[in-house]
Amino acid sequence: MNCNRVILEISNYIDGDLDATLKLEIEQHLERCGDCMLVVSQTKLTIDIFCDSQHVELPPDVKIRLHEMLQRKIRNPGF
Amino acid sequence: MSAPIHRLPSKVARDDEPLLVKAAKSGDATAFEELVNRYERKIFRLTMNITRNREDAEDAMQDAFMKAYSHLSTFQEESRFYTWLVRIAANEALMRLRKRRPNQVSLDEPVEGEDDLMPREIQDWGPSPEQRFAQSEMHGILDQAIDELGPDFRTVFVLRDIEELSTDETAAVLGISAPAVKSRLLRARLKLRQKLDRYMRDRNPN
Repeated sequence: MNCNRVILEISNYIDGDLDATLKLEIEQHLERCGDCMLVVSQTKLTIDIFCDSQHVELPPDVKIRLHEMLQRKIRNPGF
Repeated sequence: MSAPIHRLPSKVARDDEPLLVKAAKSGDATAFEELVNRYERKIFRLTMNITRNREDAEDAMQDAFMKAYSHLSTFQEESRFYTWLVRIAANEALMRLRKRRPNQVSLDEPVEGEDDLMPREIQDWGPSPEQRFAQSEMHGILDQAIDELGPDFRTVFVLRDIEELSTDETAAVLGISAPAVKSRLLRARLKLRQKLDRYMRDRNPN
């Protein structure tokens, strides 16, 4: 197992989507490779930061237009 | 007399979705409106994330809900309603993105090689790096990073990591293979890490 292989599997590793042997090989590599360990933890943190930032409010005017259109559709399904 | 479905306390909101869907399918417009109320914010977030354009995002969201209403009878109740809705909305958003940027969306084309993926000069970001940025500054950084990601990688990242669809669900929405989803997700995540790395290093107190 080398660094390049770890990086190529990093996404599957984070998702727990690896067979047991490969997972073990990666974990053994991570124990002795600080750089790969950093990339794994920074990639996890990156995903968390993006997910945490995803609070989007529906602008009131957008909501009003959506529900007006919905009402027209409900009254006239052919619309 | 039982309370109308749409006035059920929010505590049971997650559990009542199959009931709402069943009622909506049998023609209860109020039940469908409740489903819209429940998911409109998330669907707008999705269409905004894919199109990166407010007008397109609004149109895609409206059309997604209209289509969902028209085709509700085809929804198979053994799957999750939200996943079905995401699929419709993602397709509406992608259609608009392709119209606006016809040369930038090519989800079925091969991606670049592996060399560009390998991180270089890896440095520690220090403790709680994200807390060193003001919220508005961080928002700007993330917005730019996801914008620069490009439609192909961004769409997979949004569906997998933000909407939490499975690899197979994402593949079905985009009409690409599961390995292609995984490959794009890997690249998307590494590219975003690389973009954040630039800011984190500048701000590292060490």
